[in-house]
Amino acid sequence: MTASERLDATFAALADPTRRAILARLASGDASVNELAEPFDMSQPAISKHLKVLERAGLISRGRDAQRRPRRLEPKPLADATRWLERYRALWEANFRRLDTLLATMQRQDERRYKRTKGTVR
Amino acid sequence: MTDPRTLHIATPTDREIVMTRIFDAPRQLVFDALTKPALLEQWLEAPGRSFDLCEIDLKPGGAYHFVWRGPGKKDVGTRGVYREVVTGERIVNSETWDDWDAGEILVTTELVEQDGRTTLTSTSVYPSKDVRDAILKSGLEPGASQNYDRLAELVASVAEAQGTAPSVK
Repeated sequence: MTASERLDATFAALADPTRRAILARLASGDASVNELAEPFDMSQPAISKHLKVLERAGLISRGRDAQRRPRRLEPKPLADATRWLERYRALWEANFRRLDTLLATMQRQDERRYKRTKGTVR
Repeated sequence: MTDPRTLHIATPTDREIVMTRIFDAPRQLVFDALTKPALLEQWLEAPGRSFDLCEIDLKPGGAYHFVWRGPGKKDVGTRGVYREVVTGERIVNSETWDDWDAGEILVTTELVEQDGRTTLTSTSVYPSKDVRDAILKSGLEPGASQNYDRLAELVASVAEAQGTAPSVK
């Protein structure tokens, strides 16, 4: 997979609320399929399907324990996706911070102009 | 406490990006800063480039054309036509990118003032999900996913669980 395809896979995997909830649960520790299925009103096969999507996207992996096959969160793709998003977000934040500065300058100029106008009227 | 000036980015549908940002200024000033070349040139930048051309004919049917240039970088150009202009309140315009035949984007910018502060909402509707995603990746437009906020939350909770600060801020 190219970096761009990996990002697509990450975002596709994150597009579903159940999968996000699964990841949030795994953030606090490894869990078996049964444990993951528990909080959801869903059959185990349905959960397994979500897990497969997450696994394909590289967001989770399987632990060594052959009995429980606990799922584990793989933080790297998430961090990559965040970095990617942050870069573009940072771009607009920088633009808008410059706009903040400009607006402050414009307001100061407006006040001065207003005071001057008042002065002439008087 | 969160800064009221935090930038919010959402993608409510597959073809949209919505940006919301509060500015500590009356809306007429924000409107001017968005529509007067001499002001726009002072804050709007493409990555690593600054304005080389900034033409605006602000009226329905009027056109704009922006070009950014940077050392060792390919020029970036965008242009469009104003469909609606309500001074201080609302602008609707088309947007296309030079050298990229991806179709027309429809941008609606709205300004709402309350207690001397202005909320800017910018909604871009793209011809397809592919085009929107490509724009997100290009860095010319803000980045977001269908669930940026949730992703951020998730990363924060992962970092917390692992007892580490997120590697990206």
